[in-house]
Amino acid sequence: MNFFLAILVMPFLSFAQLIRVDGSSTVFPLTEAVAEEFQAAHPKHRVTVGISGTGGGFKKFCRGETDVQNASRPIQDSEIQACKKNGIRFLELPIAFDAIAIAVHPSNSFANDITVEELKLAWQPSAQGKIMKWNQIRSTWPDQPVAFFGAGSDSGTFDYFTEAIVGKAKASRGDYTASEDDNTLVMGISREKNALGYVPLHYFEENSGKLKALKIIFKGKTQTASKEAVIQGLYAPLARPLLIYVSEKALAKPEVQLFTEFYIKNSSALTKEIQGIPLPEATYTGVLNQLKEKKWGTVFKGHSQVGMKIEDLLKKEKN
Amino acid sequence: MTRSQKRKVFNFFMKLVGLLSLALALIVLLSLILDLAIRGGGRIDMDFFTSFPSRRAGQAGILSAWVGTLLVMLITAFLTILVGVSAALYLEEYSKQNHPMTKLIELNILNLSAMPSILYGLLALGIFVHYFKLGASLLTAGLTLSLLVLPIVIVSTREALRSLPSNLKEASFALGATRFQTLYYYQLPSAMGGIMTGVILALSRAIGETAPLITIGALTYIAFLPQSIMDPFTVLPIQLFNWLSRPQAEFHVNAAAAGLVLLTLTLALNLIAILIRIRVRKSIKW
Repeated sequence: MNFFLAILVMPFLSFAQLIRVDGSSTVFPLTEAVAEEFQAAHPKHRVTVGISGTGGGFKKFCRGETDVQNASRPIQDSEIQACKKNGIRFLELPIAFDAIAIAVHPSNSFANDITVEELKLAWQPSAQGKIMKWNQIRSTWPDQPVAFFGAGSDSGTFDYFTEAIVGKAKASRGDYTASEDDNTLVMGISREKNALGYVPLHYFEENSGKLKALKIIFKGKTQTASKEAVIQGLYAPLARPLLIYVSEKALAKPEVQLFTEFYIKNSSALTKEIQGIPLPEATYTGVLNQLKEKKWGTVFKGHSQVGMKIEDLLKKEKN
Repeated sequence: MTRSQKRKVFNFFMKLVGLLSLALALIVLLSLILDLAIRGGGRIDMDFFTSFPSRRAGQAGILSAWVGTLLVMLITAFLTILVGVSAALYLEEYSKQNHPMTKLIELNILNLSAMPSILYGLLALGIFVHYFKLGASLLTAGLTLSLLVLPIVIVSTREALRSLPSNLKEASFALGATRFQTLYYYQLPSAMGGIMTGVILALSRAIGETAPLITIGALTYIAFLPQSIMDPFTVLPIQLFNWLSRPQAEFHVNAAAAGLVLLTLTLALNLIAILIRIRVRKSIKW
């Protein structure tokens, strides 16, 4: 009898030693690279990576269903509460940068830069149906219609752009060509003479022949859209850190501890390899210290802090 | 022009319209296949099938994806045949045909086949993943997809049973066979062609589904093969979608190659359906 039971139950037994990662699709390429290298270095450990999005991922993370959470924005109040309710403490570790480029058609000769105020004027919800021409954004620009392109509302890029530019996450005009697929946006902008849109910076860099990026004027400073500027902290407010969250319970497992350490140590090299934007080298040492000293919790107070310096991310008190 | 000439001209005109419509449908399919073949054809070799996904587009393969797709399809087929065919048998042979309840169930089955697939995903997330704690496993995926395609199988099985000549059934009863004996020895074997066609067409719909599987939490990166039906998995459409969303053009080549594999699998399933139909038609002699 027991023998038959065993046969019945066998296909339902699962791997015990899995490192489960889920969350943002923006962080995915880096985690994929880390997972690949980690499994090559430690063949007996297995890593799985999903892309439920930052929000969907946090839901699982705070239920204790995943070990590591990929996040393209900091954890929000409601998610902190959910984690607390389930007794999940976590480490918050910055691992790379992400940035947004403001792009126009390459033949556009009049627009070379844009201020954050002008961007807000063009993209805030009240601009819908009203701001339709270039000269309404800046009076010296021509009296031509603008074709707006931007991220779809399920995308982390959308959340960050609206928070950084309009001042409130998800507050945006709705009458623009929206897509969750950044390649679609690149194609759209490259085919429309009057396009004004935003795409992740690395999508611009992969397609620099097809798009032209505008310089961003923020607090009187003119900033070029480039990886170097982002690393030096000179691309506010459209640059943000990418983060991973690791739960306390998961860190108790030696393989998760090993994986997290491996992640931080290889982030710089692997980020470069996948054409992402790494943090300054010295920062990774600080991040590794956070892991060693187990500084639980978040430095963000439940929402994105626009224009935050990367050093500020590590100023967490031990608690 | 005489009336008969007019009719002939009209007849010729209608033939042309029909032919053009057919050509249009075929051209779209052919250009899609050709486009995928040109962009991704060169990428397909043995390594593409035996490698796990990788950050290096040139070394990335679809091993975990095609194995996942195959296993999910097997589980879906098993569950769908078991439940779908039994349900159709009950509705067609045992239930009271004119009872309002039967009518209501029939109406609902037809309605279900038009439901957006993401709703099945949400349902499965609530019931299978969280309530029954099956997790984002192969089993959950199979259950979800078989729910999705059950209406197709139920409807096609009923059609197959209905198309059998009723006098043979009555003859079987007249000889003293029970309803079950009639079903088991006459109706099911004779209707098998129609039933299998329905099942395979249902599977070729299920094989391309992404939304419900993403909803239940199917993975995107997994570099090992599942060893039990409770293991995590990924499938071809998810891998394809992920490669397509990357900024680098080399990944788009991979996506085209994976698309070609998926399309070939779907066409192969349809071909099997046609072959079964031909075979069964030949073997049945009234």
